[in-house]
Amino acid sequence: MNPNTIIIDSRDNVAVALEDISQGSTISLPDGTEFPARSDIGFSHKVLLKDLHQGDDIIKYGEAIAQATMDLKQGEWIHVHNLNVQEDAS
Amino acid sequence: MTELMGYERTDGTFGVRNHVIVVPSVVCVNGVVEAIAREVPGIVPLTHGHGCGRAITDSISHSITLQRLCTHPNVAGALVIGLGCESVKSERIAQESAGTGRVVKTLMVQEDGGSQQTAAKGIEIVKEMLAEAEKIERKPFPIEKLVIGLECGGSDAFSGVTANPGIGRAADRLVDMGASVILTETTEMIGTTHILQRRAANDAVKDKIGEIIGNQEKRTEQVLGKHAKLAISPGNQDGGMSCITEKALGCIAKAGSRPIQQVVEYAEIPTEKGVIIMDGPGFDAESITGLAASGSQIIVFSTGRGTPLGFPIAPVIKVASTNRLYNKMQDDMDINAGIVLEGGSLDDVGNSLFDLIQEVAAGEETKAEINKQNGILALYTQTTSL
Repeated sequence: MNPNTIIIDSRDNVAVALEDISQGSTISLPDGTEFPARSDIGFSHKVLLKDLHQGDDIIKYGEAIAQATMDLKQGEWIHVHNLNVQEDAS
Repeated sequence: MTELMGYERTDGTFGVRNHVIVVPSVVCVNGVVEAIAREVPGIVPLTHGHGCGRAITDSISHSITLQRLCTHPNVAGALVIGLGCESVKSERIAQESAGTGRVVKTLMVQEDGGSQQTAAKGIEIVKEMLAEAEKIERKPFPIEKLVIGLECGGSDAFSGVTANPGIGRAADRLVDMGASVILTETTEMIGTTHILQRRAANDAVKDKIGEIIGNQEKRTEQVLGKHAKLAISPGNQDGGMSCITEKALGCIAKAGSRPIQQVVEYAEIPTEKGVIIMDGPGFDAESITGLAASGSQIIVFSTGRGTPLGFPIAPVIKVASTNRLYNKMQDDMDINAGIVLEGGSLDDVGNSLFDLIQEVAAGEETKAEINKQNGILALYTQTTSL
């Protein structure tokens, strides 16, 4: 069984979903670790690898891309709804 | 790494191809270039739509770009066809080239008897150049003379997840062995200034990174409006990208993780080795022209939606971000980074790219070369025509 996520850099605290993952189903990492998805996670979207506190950095590509705006749990979908990022340009 | 074999040029560079090119200095003489190409199909015509009618800054930039293409490592001989009254001067291109130790020949339609006679003279010249080029044999060259240009275009949500980080793995291997990689598309670096600056080899490079990205932010603001430079599109968000920094990290991942040694202008030839940044636009066609003009012998180009675009004098290796794209456009794709979606690793992608770069350097044709997807020579242009 292939993993359904990829971790781009070993320092990252998010993985990227390689397929649509529904809430409650299993997230599998390249190293074989598994845990349940706490929300629906669309393909190419981010899923949190470990519990974080409000204000903690979200790390992808080995770099801080944004900070959590609330306490977050492993398996949660990470996107604009829980990050301190600017909204879209439209 | 197998020993690299290339065509040695009089300026000390090595080509992985051995082209004879014919370049118009101005759009008005494209027909002469095409007439020569019809008669001598072995040459590469570099027709374009510029050469006159613009601000001096663009004329200079276009002239430099054409000159650097005439003396590109992959070029064995170059003939520039001028008109006579244009602002990009063929004789200037020849003079600048002579200064680098390369010979570039010129004809001028207003002096050489008009279109047909100029074409006839040109045909004789390029036949001679081709005969000379055939005598050159490949010889071993050190990897320090290898320059790989990096490009992404027609990106999708997986370009920054599979293809670009995979290219980055190959970039690290190449740089560790002494080769150079050129990262460009300054527009797509917006949001990562602090990250790229941390990788700068010295303060001058750090300052230059801040300067070029800052200038690009201003240009983007002028064209697209005040907030565009900091935000991302709804389509990007649907693809899982939450902010401009995350999107840009997906782009700069192509250049791996090694220190940035130098920042050069569009079409400027680096004097340092290792990771180089070339200031330039995000538009693929103009971007890869700049990468070639800066001396890239090979260009690695990732794509998610699937662009077939190549470049006339430098082999372009296409890296597909998904199996779906790779299978849909096998005619155009060289490497499948979509293996990551089926249990493969980014290292696997990097390793197969590293191997293919060696094969392409040795003469294996890329899909874009087989398809002759040469486009038209697109020159970076910042001012309006007058």
